[in-house]
Amino acid sequence: MTSYRLATGGLVNRAAPLAFSFDSKPMAGLEGDTLASALLANGQMLVGRSFKYHRPRGILTAGASEPNALVTIGRRGRTEPNTRATVQELYEGLEARSQNRWPSLDFDVGALNGLLSPFLGAGFYYKTFMWPAPLWEKLYEPFIRRAAGLGKATHEADPDSYEKSWAHCDLLVVGAGPAGLAAALTAGRAGARVILVDEGSMPGGSLLFDTAMIDGMTASDFAREASAELQSMPNVRLMTRTTAFGWYDGNVFGAVERVQKHACDPASHLPVERLWRIVAKQALLATGAEERPLVFGGNDRPGVMMASAMRAYLNRYGVAPGKATAIFTSNDSGYRLARDLEAAGIEVTAIVDSRPTAPPGYRGRPRVIANAVVCQTKGNKSVSAIEVLHDGRSETIAVDALAMAGGFSPIIHLACHRGSKPFWSEENAAFLAPQDLKDLRIAGAAAATVGIAACIQEGSAQAAAILSELGISCRPAALPNVEAEEESRPAKPLWSIPGIKGKAFVDFQNDVHLKDIGLAVREGYGHVELAKRYTTSGMATDQGKLSNVNAIGLLAEARGVSPAEVGTTTFRPFYTPVSFGALTGAHSGYHFQPVRKSPLHDWAAKNGAIFVETGLWYRSAWFPRGGEKTWRESVDREVVNVRQNVGLCDVSTLGKIEIFGADAAEFLNRVYCNAFLKLPVGKARYGLMLREDGFIYDDGTTSRLGEGHFFMSTTTAYAAGVMNHLEFCAQALWPELDVRLASATDQWAQMAIAGPKARLVLEKIVDDDISSAAFPFLAAKEVSLCGGKLHARLFRISFSGELAYELAVPAGYAESIADILMDAGAEHGLQPYGTEALGVLRIEKGHVTHSEINGTVIPDDLGFGKMVSATKADFIGKVMLEREGLKAADRLRLVGVRPLDPTASFKTGSHILEKNAAATLENDQGYVTSSAFSPHIGCTIGLALVKRGPERLGEEVVVWNGLKSEYAPAILCDPIFVDPTNERLHV
Amino acid sequence: MASLISCPHCGARPKEEFTIKGAVLSRPAADAGHQAWTDYVYLRDNPRGTHREYWHHTSGCRRWLVVTRDTVSHEVGFCQDAAAAKLAEVRP
Ligand SMILES: [Zn+2]
Repeated sequence: MTSYRLATGGLVNRAAPLAFSFDSKPMAGLEGDTLASALLANGQMLVGRSFKYHRPRGILTAGASEPNALVTIGRRGRTEPNTRATVQELYEGLEARSQNRWPSLDFDVGALNGLLSPFLGAGFYYKTFMWPAPLWEKLYEPFIRRAAGLGKATHEADPDSYEKSWAHCDLLVVGAGPAGLAAALTAGRAGARVILVDEGSMPGGSLLFDTAMIDGMTASDFAREASAELQSMPNVRLMTRTTAFGWYDGNVFGAVERVQKHACDPASHLPVERLWRIVAKQALLATGAEERPLVFGGNDRPGVMMASAMRAYLNRYGVAPGKATAIFTSNDSGYRLARDLEAAGIEVTAIVDSRPTAPPGYRGRPRVIANAVVCQTKGNKSVSAIEVLHDGRSETIAVDALAMAGGFSPIIHLACHRGSKPFWSEENAAFLAPQDLKDLRIAGAAAATVGIAACIQEGSAQAAAILSELGISCRPAALPNVEAEEESRPAKPLWSIPGIKGKAFVDFQNDVHLKDIGLAVREGYGHVELAKRYTTSGMATDQGKLSNVNAIGLLAEARGVSPAEVGTTTFRPFYTPVSFGALTGAHSGYHFQPVRKSPLHDWAAKNGAIFVETGLWYRSAWFPRGGEKTWRESVDREVVNVRQNVGLCDVSTLGKIEIFGADAAEFLNRVYCNAFLKLPVGKARYGLMLREDGFIYDDGTTSRLGEGHFFMSTTTAYAAGVMNHLEFCAQALWPELDVRLASATDQWAQMAIAGPKARLVLEKIVDDDISSAAFPFLAAKEVSLCGGKLHARLFRISFSGELAYELAVPAGYAESIADILMDAGAEHGLQPYGTEALGVLRIEKGHVTHSEINGTVIPDDLGFGKMVSATKADFIGKVMLEREGLKAADRLRLVGVRPLDPTASFKTGSHILEKNAAATLENDQGYVTSSAFSPHIGCTIGLALVKRGPERLGEEVVVWNGLKSEYAPAILCDPIFVDPTNERLHV
Repeated sequence: MASLISCPHCGARPKEEFTIKGAVLSRPAADAGHQAWTDYVYLRDNPRGTHREYWHHTSGCRRWLVVTRDTVSHEVGFCQDAAAAKLAEVRP
């Protein structure tokens, strides 16, 4: 293999060789190389196959816009497909693999697609493969998907970590080329807080490959000195390997920093990528310009490259493009490359200039063919010759590399991310950024400014203007002295080229060629947005960075209008692809969402709890004991123990809200549908909260602890929602009420002590008199525990239907108090019980939860009709509850249901049918909302919402599970299966 | 992906800290009639341009705010505490 590395020159470190591999072939590069420059240095022209036609492709650019040189790098979980070789820094041991080829890059079966190309033109999805329709899914789509593709993602987990960060500054400068460096220096010296980001590994942009001399230094030395000065300023943050990918509302910029993407073994204490949100008072885009390809036959053949990219490989990386290079140019850019090649001693075979004459000042030796075009390239897997049309004849010239220079397009993506459209400038032959953008300015080549001196001057001037807007004074600094070649002035763009032979590519990555554009126009898809979707031009991972302007120019010509009239498609973030890892940040695996643990979590764990996730909470579901083989055995035991002895259940996850204020009672009276105004101090009351549309929102008990102090409990699931709702009511609806709210869910641990022996247990630790006379059902008050050691709140409320209390203690004392209770209760058979037993107990008692309060029920549906106050002037939901439909006779209403055969069972969600009725929608009578095995009844029981339910008690029905085609004959019954007269509550 | 809301109590904060409820509507009196209530509960405008919305600074001061947002430009023009807005409306 021939080495294309030059003996001298460039910014690579010749003392630091790096070994890497491409398709398992060992190769050597240098520190400072990109993967692309190293491949070129090794003479590897062919690096991939194209998306649709599987054409051989090489390296086209030296930067972010690369459409062709996409490779898969890394191993196992670090496998990264579609990596642009032109931006990937080389590291020791890098493993790169080509994509979209089978069985190998050199011999690819898919290249047959090239022969099928008449059927794969624009809109082929919509035409060729549409008929017969059934074949689409089975045959066409799988075939197309296999044949057309990019790299494959790994199924292994990513071992690396990512993070997100915010940054704030007076001035954000995007791009550290001549304009960006000058702007950052001006603002930094004036003391402004500056952030300068650049996607490259070192600051400098085009200075890194320019041959100009600045203040007597090479351009790259000037860039190095400027960045050293910036790095020495405490008010300046210089971020390399950082791509600003989006401009968002509030002048916030998204950026991704590749912290360790250039490392073989990333350090585990650092993220590999960091996602930044940068809040900038003002921003300056100094993002440079993109050179445009020319659209001629075989312009995609390996060996054909952008002229500016060739300069970068030559001057920055010390890599020759070939031994005999031709240049096809429509402007002066080609001549700068010719001079650099000559200086490096590389033969320039010909400069093919589409203009009538060469630039008057050009004195180079290479042959210039003016008024000429390249109509095609020849060669197999790389270019071997070009065919030039000039003076009415065709000439074939042998070359091994061809540069193309079609003019420059300013990189204005970020400026268009917030809806403004770019405009076409005839003078600059380019689309320019929209004008009068708020807090965003543009400088340098991104503003179509030409030449290093002018870019430096403009960057500095724009920074000074921004500083003055920010009220920061700055002294004008002397501009550096630049000795540079004459810069390339914009020339008339060359859209369509006469005499083209073969496919002339517009969008390289999506394999859209010239004829596709013409076809789109002929078939009525000439509008730029339609043409994009019809041809897929500009839709690949490069988002048409090289192709869009050419596509617009060609559309304009085909339609006979100016590019101004065609306009551009919409620019959207991200500027370049951003990894899912970076967007995910730290939120993956165990850290995907926070874990909420009850203050009694450790107590439950040491008592052997099995936990269940409910939302963010981990709740104890049951507490297995020795000899129990199934969860049901444990749950049944816990239920029976509560009914016979006493149990302790952690209910800390219920929402708890402290409500204070002179108008607190009035406030509760308005947010609950039942009355709260006259609730006595020391009492708890069950409350039903409606939505404004009349349906039940949440339920819970609220206790009055003082004249102006209430303590509300909510369901676990709706704790946050109820708090937001109450705050809305207090602040937005009735700010005139004197009421204050505080969430106390995390401050109080709460345990239910339920069962006939509950009082016997509590009496041992509660100092106050809690006899039924002193502390009856629904009593609520502050008590002292353990001889005055701790103050707690005790509520005599019951979810199980047994004599029960809920004891709230400050969260930090939760475990100690639970331990003391367990000791105190041992002689009475106290056992912990979990949410499963809690569920069985409440179903047995006919108590509802959000299984029943499912957004479709009103109070009357659940038998709470009488609770709704008829006398209150207003409460949330009052008016809409009066609607006709909510008074309909056949509403689904709560009943109990149990199987006729006690050994039969049914599942929650099953539907209720009349006996002998077919299972149809018309015959649907309702559905089971909750079900469980009841040790008390000795069979499965359920709660159900059934049409006219309470009127049908005793009716035989069928419970039908449509998922499993199971039918269980059952009977509708009272939903209260245990102690319907509530005697147990009052003992 | 990111933008900032100027909370009158907390200053400029990322929008992720806020919860949006929707249009600022005046809650009718209980005797306002069914049409007024149906409009209040169900009917929403979808304006192009200025829109007054209730935003809750859920992960900040927990105050409800009235935010004036331009649905075209996303510009957040004015941000006021909802209680202050309501009280100002009641006692002009
Ligand atoms: Zn706030």
